Parts: sequence; C-alpha cells; structure tokens
Amino acid sequence: MNDHLIIAGKSYSSRLLVGTGKYKDFAETRAALDASGTEIVTVAIRRTNLGQNPNEPSLLDAVPPSKYTYLPNTAGCYTADDAVRTLRLARELLDGHSLVKLEVLGDPQSLYPNVIETLSAAKTLVSEGFHVMVYTSDDPIIAKQLEDIGCVAIMPLASLIGSGMGILNPWNLQLIMDRVKVPVIVDAGVGTASDAAIAMELGCAGVLMNTAIAGAKNPVLMASAMKMATEAGRAAYLAGRMPKKLYSASPSSPTAGIIASVRS
Amino acid sequence: MITVYVNGTARQLADDCNIARLVDELGYSGKRIAIECNADIVPRSLYEKHMLHDGDRLEIVGAVGGG
Repeated sequence: MNDHLIIAGKSYSSRLLVGTGKYKDFAETRAALDASGTEIVTVAIRRTNLGQNPNEPSLLDAVPPSKYTYLPNTAGCYTADDAVRTLRLARELLDGHSLVKLEVLGDPQSLYPNVIETLSAAKTLVSEGFHVMVYTSDDPIIAKQLEDIGCVAIMPLASLIGSGMGILNPWNLQLIMDRVKVPVIVDAGVGTASDAAIAMELGCAGVLMNTAIAGAKNPVLMASAMKMATEAGRAAYLAGRMPKKLYSASPSSPTAGIIASVRS
Repeated sequence: MITVYVNGTARQLADDCNIARLVDELGYSGKRIAIECNADIVPRSLYEKHMLHDGDRLEIVGAVGGG
C-alpha cells in the first residue's frame, strides 16, 4: 500500500521516529534503530568534551546520517535564543541540513514546553529557512499558530517527556488534527506498544519516542514491538473502525438455520 | 598571549591564533564539529580567516544521542 509520511516535501515509509538517547552503548542504539524500522532519528547538539580523546567513536559513526534522516533537537533549551543558536550550530554541523526539531522547555521537573518561547523561536527559524518540526503542548490554538508560522509538523505531547503515561488526552489530539493540515506527530509520553497504536488509530501521522524504547528492559525487542504497533495502528486508522455501540443486535453468525430445541 | 573561553573553560592562545589553529590544537581537525564565536556561527570555510581575540567565547559542539 502506498501510504507515506511526507514532511517538508520528503517521503518516509516509516511513521515511527526514534530518539538516540539513553541507550547502553552505540551498538544497542544501532540495533534498536534497525529493529524499529525508523528513518528519522533525533539527536542532541552538545559541547564537545575537551578532555576526551577526539578519536573515540561518535554517534555519527554508529548512526550514519547517510542511512537515517537526522533530526537535531533543542532538548534542554529553556529560551528561544538558546534554541535558535543550537539549531544554527546543528545546521553548520550537518552541512546545511534544515530539518530540525524545536523544543523549548518550561521547567526542569515537568519538561513541559514553554509555548511562548517556542512560538518566538519558530518564527525566527522559519524565517531563516529551517524546516521546523515543533514539540508543543496539546493546545489546539497554539498548534494552529505554529502551523500558521510555517512549521512543517506539529508534535504535541501525549503526556510528559519520559513519563511513559501514554495518551492522556486523545480529545485534544483530535482537536489539533481537526485544525492542522501538516502532519501531527505524537511526541513524548508513549510508554508501550498500545500507546503507539492508539496514537496512530486516532489518525496521528506518526509517533516519536525515545525512553519507551531505550528504557525498556529489552530495548531492541521493544523497538520491534513499536514498529508493529505503529503499523497496526495506522492500518486500523485507514481501515476505519466499526462504530462503538452498547448493543449490536446483529450477531456475527447467521440467525437462520439454528437447530431446534428438543425441549418443548 | 590571549585568553579565550572554549566551552566555558579558559584557554591561553598565541596572539595571532585563528580558529583553524585552535581546532588543530584540540585534535578536531577533520572531525564533524560546529563552532560559534561570541554567539555567531563560524562556517568551516572561515576557520583560517577568523582571528581570535582576547575574551572571545567559543562554543564547539557535536551530535550526541538524544530524544
């Protein structure tokens, strides 16, 4: 079936986006990414460790940008200014790469997005030619404003980053999808495979996760579960589920030809 | 000598030091890094030309695992 995720004009066959943080080592990172079938991976931009041997293996060796689409993110930034500077550095680092994940946080306990700073950073980045996939709250009005600014994907949280609490407010996700034309991708909160399936069944264009895979006892097996769940949820969405009803009065087996009762 | 701050740490350099020389001293020649000097990006093509000055603040970054 020809069902691709299209972001900023580029087509992807996987609707699962995976973060590269928190794995035991690069081998596990690579094995989990392979098992997930993902094509887009988030990476962080950080100061180089000046005391460290510069020839040690790097993420770029384990996760080659030739094989995966890198999505440099601004995780850890609390102001629009820091987020913009981080992504300018990312663009320089990745030879002009323009697809980025904007994330401006509000506080270190909840990691809840600061939408005021996010809107401000999004404006600057779009004006500088970045293709911005934006992490935000599940507020449909803010989501629409971010789309109007020119963001190429809206990525609301399903629950807090790293919480694994799942899809807490499917109704708000629906409100966002009803208002926004660019892909809506659930970013944050997915804990297990059924959460990914629910997001996809709701009609989300994709799901982005890191801790749900890296924090599982067996990350590689969970990565494969997430691949199947994302695909199953998408297929169920496209198939169109039966309506829910309290009674059906319509059994699955024929009502004619039932053998007669011997007690009369 | 001049003092510049690389990723927040003070470092003494010769007066006529450019960014290419600093990159070389740090062992980063040919490595995939990006550099900001006083909050402005310095493109790789300008490492030779860009002279460092006393008090310059440099950020040198790479890609690491992250969500």
